Amino acid sequence: MEDKKVSLKIDGKVYECDAGMTILEACAKAAIDIPTLCYLKDINQEAACSICLVEVKGAKTLLRSCVTSIKEGMEIFTNTERVRNARRLNLELLLAGHPKDCLVCDRNQSCELRKLAFDMGIREVRFPKTTKTELPLDATSVSLSRDPNKCILCGRCVSVCSAIQSVKAIDFSGRGKSSKVTTFFDSGLANSVCVNCGQCLLVCPTGAIIEKNAIEEVWHALSDPKKFVVVEVAPAVRAAIGEEFGMPAGSLVTAKLAQGLRKLGFAKVFDTQFSADLTIMEEGYELIQRIKNKGILPMITSCSPGWIKFAEHFFPGILGNISSCKSPQQMFGAVAKTYYAEKYNIDPRNIIVVSIMPCTAKKFEASRPEMQSAFDYWKNKMALKEDEAFRDVDYVLTTREASRLIKEAGINFINLPGEDFDEPLGISTGAAVIFGATGGVMEAAVRTAYEVLTGRQLEKLDFMNLRGLNGIKVADIDIDGLNLKVAVANSLSNARVLLEEIEEGRSPYAFIEIMTCPGGCLGGAGQPIPTNNEIRLKRMEAIYREDKNKPLRKSHENPAVQALYKEFLGQPLGEKSHHLLHTYYKKREGVL
Amino acid sequence: MEHKKLNPELVSLVQQWKGKEGNLIMILHEIQNHHGYVPRELSLELSKMLDVPLARIYEVITFYNFFKLIPPGKHRIALCMGTACYLRGAAVILDEIKNILGIKEGQTTKDGLFYLDVVRCLGCCGLAPVVMIDNKVYGKVKKNEVADILSKYIKEE
Repeated sequence: MEDKKVSLKIDGKVYECDAGMTILEACAKAAIDIPTLCYLKDINQEAACSICLVEVKGAKTLLRSCVTSIKEGMEIFTNTERVRNARRLNLELLLAGHPKDCLVCDRNQSCELRKLAFDMGIREVRFPKTTKTELPLDATSVSLSRDPNKCILCGRCVSVCSAIQSVKAIDFSGRGKSSKVTTFFDSGLANSVCVNCGQCLLVCPTGAIIEKNAIEEVWHALSDPKKFVVVEVAPAVRAAIGEEFGMPAGSLVTAKLAQGLRKLGFAKVFDTQFSADLTIMEEGYELIQRIKNKGILPMITSCSPGWIKFAEHFFPGILGNISSCKSPQQMFGAVAKTYYAEKYNIDPRNIIVVSIMPCTAKKFEASRPEMQSAFDYWKNKMALKEDEAFRDVDYVLTTREASRLIKEAGINFINLPGEDFDEPLGISTGAAVIFGATGGVMEAAVRTAYEVLTGRQLEKLDFMNLRGLNGIKVADIDIDGLNLKVAVANSLSNARVLLEEIEEGRSPYAFIEIMTCPGGCLGGAGQPIPTNNEIRLKRMEAIYREDKNKPLRKSHENPAVQALYKEFLGQPLGEKSHHLLHTYYKKREGVL
Repeated sequence: MEHKKLNPELVSLVQQWKGKEGNLIMILHEIQNHHGYVPRELSLELSKMLDVPLARIYEVITFYNFFKLIPPGKHRIALCMGTACYLRGAAVILDEIKNILGIKEGQTTKDGLFYLDVVRCLGCCGLAPVVMIDNKVYGKVKKNEVADILSKYIKEE
């Protein structure tokens, strides 16, 4: 069936297409872009919006090209008066219920609805506003904000939450004109099983789901002369932020980014990659310890905060499998406000840590109540009161928010010559860069574990079978006769497969990496929109290019991390590490 | 609100229907028959027992008008808005009931006495406009009679 060909006519020309294709796919082959709105390949094919209508000879009505399969001898017309009018009418009806506040909308530059209205020549909406009452925002979450008034009920968010993430926090409620997308009893994302991954935001064609913005707070901190404001940048940001300035996907802008951030007025421009190397030290030693002491295996990585909340909701029985290591973002905050503060004699109360992340769940992670180890460290030493408590990481900005800071400041990003990150917390290795891609943490950990366990130098640093966009990747890694069985999953529906194996006691692995978002952090919900597989692959290629070009490519060779252990922490998994760099997880109910 | 739990009958029903297609609606029906509505706590319990996401349960109970999210009042007022009743002024009667009781359709009065439902055709169009309270039918209702009709039920308390 799959390799059978079908002959059909599109706008008068004959084409041979694979049987089983939809009209939409066949038209794409014929270089005709049918406008779509709700359609999202392989994820959302609900035929909800009726924008992709085409005329088919012999059919009584116009057909939705996204869900209609092609047939032998079909005659399709994509650009008739009837088609154009029907598409326009449907779009106009959608616009009638929309606030149309595009000038001040977060998604002004990336809104598919706005673009479609322009491309389809809508210059007037003839219908009165259809929704009678203003629906309340869902602002409960610290990561995401939902505005049902901007929602066009395409269902992409519902599909991605269910099919890609298997979280199912949101669904439709009501029907007819009272339909909306919501959580159980409208109780809000924060009171649901939502893991804050934000993949719903990334696929939303309008501004109905956006991140909780922290731009004003960061400007405020930057203008406060008493504050020592430092910034840390996650690996995946440098492989994507260029897109916000019109650069092609896959542009690597590490040096421009460091310079741009310095121009914004940050006292020090540091790198989350420093603490990614630190994470490998702690996590690598934790793995070695678990294997040697017959601890709980497989051990699972803990960098991705969406996955952590997912485990707390859906897999509370395997929390012991998750590495106790904090994520690089949180390790950075804890180190900046203890080691760095001490070394450079800065009052930790005056240090503000801003992180730039490809992620919306990082906002939630930074707000977790236990993430104030630096305060706990100083509390007794400085006789601090509880009301003086400060967070390890004060503000989390997404890649998109960071680009807006740079634009607001009038910095000509593209033409910046580029500068280095600051020492010492800006020094990193290639092993840290690849944290930004699925499989990267695993590869980085293996590079270090091999050398620590064998005492010999690893010849081949590139573990190609851990790379790429496949949902689950497995490998057998030989460490001097010790066979380390590892697995890597990206997106939570793939993670679920590996987690169910663990629950049922049939997991063959010793070490598992889980990243919440498809492709890993480079496909996170804080990244430029659009993010699709083609763009993910380009960002991934940029990340491995950066790794290849780094003089040091193994975390344990990072001189700044070595100095941190020598001057402050002592050794991996030591007393100080335990307090500052490790954390714990707790079971969460499905609803609060 | 008192804490509601699935009674043994419902638990065995859930067990019986577990894994079968269309089970959610069947079980929700039984819950509503038993409690008069679908209590939130029972949705939570059901979600765990059937392994159905909470958002999905909410989708189902809000999609069908049949399912109620709030406890019904002691007396159900069914006001007919079918064609005949509508033409004979049902909208005026509806407004009057709303005014007197201070609730909208689909709501229950604060004292829990009345629940207001708007329905289509009760099958006695000759009596339009028709209001039915519990099982008693009031025909050819006039606006100034509404207060009297309702007060009977209030006095009973």
